[in-house]
Amino acid sequence: MAAPLLRVEDLRTQFFTSRGIVHAVDGISFNVNRGETVGIVGESGSGKTMTAFSILRLVPDPGRIVSGRILFKDQDVVQMNDDDVREFRGNDVAMIFQDPMTSLNPVTKVGTQIDEAMTAHERFSKKEAQARIIPLLQQVRIPEAARRAQDYPHQFSGGMRQRAMIAMGLSNEPELLIADEPTTALDVTVQAQIIQLLKQLNRDVGAAIILITHNMALVASLCQRIIVMYAGRIVEEGPVEQIFDSPQHPYTWSLLRSVPRVDVARAERLVSIKGLPPDLVRLPPGCKFHPRCRFKIEKCEREEPPLEEVAPNQVARCWVMMRNVAQEQREETKAGEVSREAATELKQAGSG
Amino acid sequence: MKVAEAPPSTERRVDPVILRVDNVYKHFPVGGLGGGAVRAVDGVSFEIRRGETLGLVGESGSGKSTLGRVITALHPASGGHVFFEGKDVTKLRGGKLRQIRRQLQIIFQDPFASLDPRMTVGEIIAEPLDNYGLARGRQRQLRIQELLRVVGLNPNFTNRYPHEFSGGQRQRIGIAKALALNPSLIVCDEPVSALDVSIQAQIINLLQDLQREFNLTYLFIAHDLAVVRHISNRIAVMYLGKIVEIADRLDIYDRPQHPYTSALLSSIPVPDPRREANREPIPLKGEIPSPVNPPSGCRFHTRCPIARVPGVCSEIEPPLVAHGRPGQVAACHFAGELSARSATEAGLPSA
Repeated sequence: MAAPLLRVEDLRTQFFTSRGIVHAVDGISFNVNRGETVGIVGESGSGKTMTAFSILRLVPDPGRIVSGRILFKDQDVVQMNDDDVREFRGNDVAMIFQDPMTSLNPVTKVGTQIDEAMTAHERFSKKEAQARIIPLLQQVRIPEAARRAQDYPHQFSGGMRQRAMIAMGLSNEPELLIADEPTTALDVTVQAQIIQLLKQLNRDVGAAIILITHNMALVASLCQRIIVMYAGRIVEEGPVEQIFDSPQHPYTWSLLRSVPRVDVARAERLVSIKGLPPDLVRLPPGCKFHPRCRFKIEKCEREEPPLEEVAPNQVARCWVMMRNVAQEQREETKAGEVSREAATELKQAGSG
Repeated sequence: MKVAEAPPSTERRVDPVILRVDNVYKHFPVGGLGGGAVRAVDGVSFEIRRGETLGLVGESGSGKSTLGRVITALHPASGGHVFFEGKDVTKLRGGKLRQIRRQLQIIFQDPFASLDPRMTVGEIIAEPLDNYGLARGRQRQLRIQELLRVVGLNPNFTNRYPHEFSGGQRQRIGIAKALALNPSLIVCDEPVSALDVSIQAQIINLLQDLQREFNLTYLFIAHDLAVVRHISNRIAVMYLGKIVEIADRLDIYDRPQHPYTSALLSSIPVPDPRREANREPIPLKGEIPSPVNPPSGCRFHTRCPIARVPGVCSEIEPPLVAHGRPGQVAACHFAGELSARSATEAGLPSA
């Protein structure tokens, strides 16, 4: 098997604030293979965005990478000098952010910005770069690309701006594309277009993609593998189908049941995860999820579980594991609800 | 086979209409010599029955939030009527409007922007009570504590400030404020879209509990169709200032009649990798047109995959009339056509 494109080893990124040390990324390790699509899922404060910023060495003040290695084709990004990092960012990796308006320069024409992204990294000659602008815009399906290259970002709709960002990201033919909530600010029909585009790029260009999102459905749509983060840690990782079929960490299990689905009619109450994500300055002892976990045992409060193999290629960090939780224990129905549902069923039976 | 699900609408059909929106318009003048206007809401009619949740979905620029504000009398209507318990909200002024407003409350999307940072939680929740002179002294204090308890917050938090709370807790404060005057109808304008997923479920469950407890009627405005499907009895779909379809929440997903509804539904990814492997979104052409100059005929014809253009779709505006199941209405000359096609082609859920 070929060596992974990206290897993250025991990465720790911390923020040094007046309140204390914020443990944003707290010792995570994972690989991304060439051409692979990996989803990193978590809520705000889970460390998913800081993981991406760490890979690109873009951690803002007062934060820094305190330990670990980020090996991109066996070169450690953490140890690179500033020139090498700049080369790495523009040539090997590209990042797409949630809000394309804040990442585009409002006073420069869209075509010029794509041109600058290419010439800055000297991968293409000035002439080559010029010739690539319009095909790039066409590739991300901007209509009338030649005319649109002359527009300023504000003349683009939200979806077109995101597509222009992707065109810019692709301009240097990166081997890894990191997309941080690329569709959160967009309407669903536009979201569908962007996801189709990312799928197509992965298929045609072979770029590996790390999709960072809170939306499990997007991961199901785009990714082969999923990494679930909580409190700066990986709590579960594995092939997408396996994790969706049989999540072993209670957090993953709850996340999948806390969102209503558009394709399945559900009568039951949504599973809600009680409480709030932990304070990353004062993390709880033991398993970081235990204060919110419905299935915790006494050990969870004392000792942090290791990432343990639960199935081929699937690991989870839990002392309990969902396979050991009986069906009736998973139910969260209130007493009053049971009677109400029973009443409706009776009515249906009577009328049908 | 249809999933055995309690259809919440069947027992509600007998409930009286609490809100009737009748051909409502809301235009915002854009200034300049042309005298044009943003036609945010452009002739909208529907009814909500007591105790029901009507979901209102649409993409940005569809006019759904503006409609919510017209209904709660935060914006005056440019035309049409909003009958709340038989009284026309658009015609009321002064004291009578104030009395009606007690019954019509709104919960906003952003729990960070909608609470005054300089007021304590107690002051925020009691503001409506103070405005109407409804409670003083100890009674007022007790009511604040009761409201905090009802929304699942610690009743001793009265003297804290909004910044001390998380997003989900702030949304609970907003809900407590909306409940202070014992309203009968609450417009929920994207109440969970700014919250983390695990917190969204808490707030959705809370809204459902409150509805049961206080027999509330909701107009639930959101762009997330999955959330809307979960919480609503019926769903209305808006496009460019108009309602294009209304149906029972099960029918709208099983048998969408309007091509825009079909396209919208097919765009939504589902948390199921196997289904995702087969889902093909119905592509829409181009971008949403400007509400200053909406397209002729059917407004959706410029993007519609089945429009006859030039022809009936670009010339004649289709009325919102019965199509599909009982109670289902759609504004399309070729209602149901795409739905039938996509159900077989794209593996959409069909009954």
